[in-house]
Amino acid sequence: MEFDWTPVWLTLKLAGITTFTLMFVGTPIAWWLARTTHWLKQPVAAVVALPLVLPPTVLGFYLLLLLGPQGMVGEITQALGLGTLPFTFAGLVVASVFYSLPFVVQPLQNAFEAQGVRMLEVAATLRASPLDRFLTVAVPLARPGFMTAAVLAFAHTVGEFGVVLMIGGNIPGETKVLSVAIYDHVETLEYEQAHLLAGGMLVFSFTVLLVLYMVNGRLHRSGR
Amino acid sequence: MPVLEGAKSTLEARFKASLGAFTLDVDLSLPAKGVTALFGHSGSGKTTLLRCIAGLHKAQGELNVSGEYWQHAEYFLPVHQRPLAYVFQEASLFPHLTVKRNLEYGFKRILPQVRQISFDQAVQWLGLEAMLDRMPDKLSGGERQRVAIARALLTSPRVLLMDEPLAALDHRSKQEILPYLERLHEMLSIPILYVTHSPDEVARLADHLVLLDRGKVIASGSLSETLSRIDLPVLVGEDAGVVIQARVAELDARWHLCRAEFDGGSLWLPGDGLKVNDKIRLRVLARDVSLALDKHEDQSMLNLIPASVVELADNARPGVVLVKLKAQSTHFLSRLTARSVDKLHLIPGKKVWLQVKSVAVLE
Repeated sequence: MEFDWTPVWLTLKLAGITTFTLMFVGTPIAWWLARTTHWLKQPVAAVVALPLVLPPTVLGFYLLLLLGPQGMVGEITQALGLGTLPFTFAGLVVASVFYSLPFVVQPLQNAFEAQGVRMLEVAATLRASPLDRFLTVAVPLARPGFMTAAVLAFAHTVGEFGVVLMIGGNIPGETKVLSVAIYDHVETLEYEQAHLLAGGMLVFSFTVLLVLYMVNGRLHRSGR
Repeated sequence: MPVLEGAKSTLEARFKASLGAFTLDVDLSLPAKGVTALFGHSGSGKTTLLRCIAGLHKAQGELNVSGEYWQHAEYFLPVHQRPLAYVFQEASLFPHLTVKRNLEYGFKRILPQVRQISFDQAVQWLGLEAMLDRMPDKLSGGERQRVAIARALLTSPRVLLMDEPLAALDHRSKQEILPYLERLHEMLSIPILYVTHSPDEVARLADHLVLLDRGKVIASGSLSETLSRIDLPVLVGEDAGVVIQARVAELDARWHLCRAEFDGGSLWLPGDGLKVNDKIRLRVLARDVSLALDKHEDQSMLNLIPASVVELADNARPGVVLVKLKAQSTHFLSRLTARSVDKLHLIPGKKVWLQVKSVAVLE
């Protein structure tokens, strides 16, 4: 029997796009959380952290309702002629962004907080505008945080299952990602296929985390 | 040598700020050029004042520099739009950039037509040629601070703010940087505000002295005038003394001495490395000045100067009296025991001979 690579590529594509999107969504949230003294700081932090404690099915269930034809967001996407997001690849990306948000926001927030304000003050006295000093000082100094955030977001998205089942279903080439494919194989007693995918995931995840810890350990030792 | 064009008028600052139990309440008018030392104990508010001027701390008040408002009731110019430079106490170099790119950071962010100092000039002034490609963590503390100073100057500031730039350095690094600071002082014609709690740095660098105590300005004036005041509790400690501007009038090569002349007299002091007509700064501590009623020609000490008593203060420590004296326009302080004062019948207006036991040449 020929090995079906489709779920693998689909998973990598989903994780890649999700990670890329999260860098743009998560960075401003992390920056705001690291700097603000607003009373909304704690509530927002709690909302961002929800996916850490909620069963993925809960998140998936509410997203399904929200994005579905009767949902608030669903009505908007339909009015814009985009159809509805559930059971599409785009819907999976949206769900994954929510699901992996804390894995991006928390390392970034920690990295920004650890910098303190001195370097930003220095940049301000050297004529850098707020955006300028964010891009040229805060972001480069938070490099280890960005690496951690990107790797965790990617790996966590690769490993998601419950949310995908709820919002994506099991459409080959569209929403049938690795974790779902493994579940399918086990259900149909195709253990050999399941082993290939599951074993591959295990090796992949271990390698990613090992590299992350080694790189961050080195950055840490060199004092940056 | 090119020089930064400074403010035509003075720098005027009025601030009120509360930080917890501490209140800053100042109203200052500072000269348009030269080094103004903001001096006081820790907690006196000197750094807070500097941060208010930079705009790093938002206080209520007004700030006018070269006739331009940077802050008033309804207006607050953001830090990055103020043409100032700030040198922080600790090494504040960007750790992710080389020395060269640290220097370029501010330089690239000002308009080319505003630049009054070229990159190469700044590098040369602070002796950074050999370290341009190094990362900040490979530099010594003194080197890092030199880079920070050059980086600040490269923004061609109209005001230079320095917050205890030497405080975090060891003695050797301090001695390494001080000559650079003294040279800056000659080269720049912008106001330099220099926060310090070191009397030595004040004596070496300042032209103007502002004394701060618990958030208030308790004195502000020219260095020699302010240092010779005997009514200021911060100044009457062990290091009480005056700074005198003098000129080298003659050299005695045989004994390695020189005669430094000032209005009211002259002093002999170690003259190595000095030339006739050099302008030097002398620091004479109150504890190194004694008084006599007659001139003893046979005395081993040469440094006798005729002077008259201006005023006396005995509020510093029991049994100790601080005497302010005047030789023409030059003021001296002398610290005596109450018994000596009584024996010599010292009263304002009395003619005496000053004996200077020790004097330090500062530049």
